[in-house]
Amino acid sequence: MTSSLRLRAAIVSIALFLAFIGIWHIATRGTGAVATMTPEYARLMGLTATHGKSAMPGPLDVGAKLWEHVKRPFYDNGPNDKGLGIQLGYSIARVGLGYFLAVIVAIPLGFLIGMSPLINKALDPFIQILKPISPLAWMPLALYTIKDSGLSAIFVIFICSVWPMLLNTAFGVAAVRKEWINVARTLEVGTVRRAFTVILPAAAPTILTGMRISIGIAWLVIVAAEMLVGGTGIGYFVWNEWNNLSITNVIIAILLIGVVGMLLDQILARFTRMVTFPE
Amino acid sequence: MTDKFISIEAIAKRYPGASGGEIAVFEDLWLSMARGEFGCVIGHSGCGKTTVLNILAGLDEPSEGTVIVDGQAIEGTSLDRAVIFQSHALLPWRSVLGNVAYAVTSKWRGWDRARVKAHAQTFIDLVGLTGSEHKRPSELSGGMKQRVGIARALSITPKIMLMDEPFSALDALTRGTLQDEVRRICLETGQTAFMITHDVDEAIYLADRIFLMTNGPGAVLAEIVENPLPKDRGRTDLHRHPYYYAVRNHIVDFLVSRSKTFAADMPGHDPRNVRVVKIGVSEPTIVAAPRAVETHPAQTIAR
Repeated sequence: MTSSLRLRAAIVSIALFLAFIGIWHIATRGTGAVATMTPEYARLMGLTATHGKSAMPGPLDVGAKLWEHVKRPFYDNGPNDKGLGIQLGYSIARVGLGYFLAVIVAIPLGFLIGMSPLINKALDPFIQILKPISPLAWMPLALYTIKDSGLSAIFVIFICSVWPMLLNTAFGVAAVRKEWINVARTLEVGTVRRAFTVILPAAAPTILTGMRISIGIAWLVIVAAEMLVGGTGIGYFVWNEWNNLSITNVIIAILLIGVVGMLLDQILARFTRMVTFPE
Repeated sequence: MTDKFISIEAIAKRYPGASGGEIAVFEDLWLSMARGEFGCVIGHSGCGKTTVLNILAGLDEPSEGTVIVDGQAIEGTSLDRAVIFQSHALLPWRSVLGNVAYAVTSKWRGWDRARVKAHAQTFIDLVGLTGSEHKRPSELSGGMKQRVGIARALSITPKIMLMDEPFSALDALTRGTLQDEVRRICLETGQTAFMITHDVDEAIYLADRIFLMTNGPGAVLAEIVENPLPKDRGRTDLHRHPYYYAVRNHIVDFLVSRSKTFAADMPGHDPRNVRVVKIGVSEPTIVAAPRAVETHPAQTIAR
């Protein structure tokens, strides 16, 4: 029953995809009005004006261009012309580094908040104020203090991914079932061992959920951050190709951002499944 | 009762009340048990029996008074006092063996893996879970989970086993087999055990002495009933013993009516000198001798 449901869902998915491609193709075939003009002027105006062709590329143009990128992902022809693999690599590295720093800070701090009602109450006002700040609002401050655009982007990733992890860790740790703690207490298990053998495994699913939310936010923010910072990365690529008026490349970048985001989410989802225990 | 292996001395537990002041769950509670004795506490919900057990376990602290175990005042939890929790409280991310081994490594930090495993295995075999060592708690039935809880508690070879309604979440059949197991293990090992229960028959089957507590707040230990049934009693023919109904009726009467009115009826109740009820000696027996139960023909058909 489930396999047939899966099959039917796949068929519907493919049908929707084909319909979307078909509509896109028809919509961009280009039968707009053609202005009459002198040949010299026409040469300046480009295909949009002379043949009534839409500036929006069709699926075939995008497919062909995508194939070109896939064939040569790592070429480097100077600052404004790098392969998409390199651009994505820069973005993933920034996200990875900022996210990793956030993990190092958020999980131990979350443990502390979860275990100590005092720390929880003391830090609460700060967290409440800092959490809703758009990560990009930190950018000027980061640029001024760190004085390095690359590091500032990493800082922005750090600050945006720290909150969901921190709050989920604190919640997960505070919500560990009392009876499990009591088991550890009656067995005279020390605080450190208790933290690793009871609280960590019990809170792991909640912590991983926070980490999964964080990686999603980090990947959302990196595009915007790189548009501001410039130089390298997929966000910069999108903005650069917009300045080049290459809608084809912009569409390809959008597609790849989606694919990478999905992969990151799936990796964390797999980790979450690994630490989840049935009750 | 000269040998006081466990001695609860004048403990009280008070909680801050809603409108200021304090509400005492119980005050000035005295209770003692001998080594190798099986004691059961019976009382209605809210009489503070779980609090007494938690204080004995070291999970809770009395507002006043002390608990002395084996000549020493207790401070906090101890590996000498194992707890079997009502909700079994197994760690769901560990296997059966892992749960028992966790307790074993907590007691003997220096033991190597093989020794821990062998020791844990002994107790898994003891509770009849051989073959299920690598199952997760979620794959076990309620009765099997509680068996793991018992194995975990026994594996640290505690001086006292503390049980907080360990079988109340189980079906009648499983409860019966587990009661047999617990009784067998306690008799074989001479284990001192303290159990809380709601089930009168469970108390009569398992306990040497049954402690009756009045309703809270302000609960007191009203009476200690000495079990008149012989040591070699069986669960299935318990009700055929001449004193069975006498002791059962005495306890049920207490729970139904006297637990509410005890404080008013007995103004001079001395918590240090609680009356010991010896059925057949100080109490008249209601059922004199066992007799064959006549089954009505209609009942036979109905069954």
